[in-house]
Amino acid sequence: MKINIQQEDNYTNIGFDGAVDLSSSSDARKSIIEVLEQNKNILIDLSLVSYIDSSGVACLVEGYQIAKKQLLKFGLVGISDAAMSVLRLARLDQVFPIYNSKEEYEKKDV
Amino acid sequence: MNMEKLFQIRFPAKAERLCLIRTLVKEMAESVGCCVDLSEKLVIAVNEACMNIIQHAYKGDESGEIVFEMLNNEKELHFRFVDYAHPIDLDSVKSRDLDDIRPGGLGTHFIAEIMDEYNIGHLDEGEGNYLNMKKNIN
Repeated sequence: MKINIQQEDNYTNIGFDGAVDLSSSSDARKSIIEVLEQNKNILIDLSLVSYIDSSGVACLVEGYQIAKKQLLKFGLVGISDAAMSVLRLARLDQVFPIYNSKEEYEKKDV
Repeated sequence: MNMEKLFQIRFPAKAERLCLIRTLVKEMAESVGCCVDLSEKLVIAVNEACMNIIQHAYKGDESGEIVFEMLNNEKELHFRFVDYAHPIDLDSVKSRDLDDIRPGGLGTHFIAEIMDEYNIGHLDEGEGNYLNMKKNIN
């Protein structure tokens, strides 16, 4: 899995490209935590996620909980079909802040 | 009804192997007539089963071996897993309440949601565990 990180004006955009599974989820987790430790807002792009398992979902949950605690803006964008079906199974599609575009995320207040 | 063994595979309990297993399950499920949506759900359940074995049975010991069989009798697909790790605490294997939003514990929930039946136990003949899952595909 590749991780693409882009610094925007007041947030960091992290894109996961490939499978976020048991073999790669620790890297995914590390990338999310590192952004949050710098006290930055975060937008996670899942449009290129070919597969995500429960360990990948766990990273997203952990990141979301940390961001909430630190009053940082957390969002998911461009969720692939593969990722959405797993989020739905976990009923997290109703929990995570999900945006249709990064512009929509940028307009939203924390 | 006769059960046809579609394949049996033995592989080390390494997370990197799961991509291969997912591909195998998807291709085999579709070859016996499962639609794409169903085959993708079966992949999720099988992947989570393997993850549980890697993380909780072998506790990350990559020298462990997983034996995985997929069987078909036209109405049902059966997925059977065997590991040779220390017998697990069967009471600890359960789905959790999804309203309790926290990072872990989703794997068993996914299996329970997707499969029509599953059961877990200890091997009779010594150290090890089994997991059987069944999905009606009629």
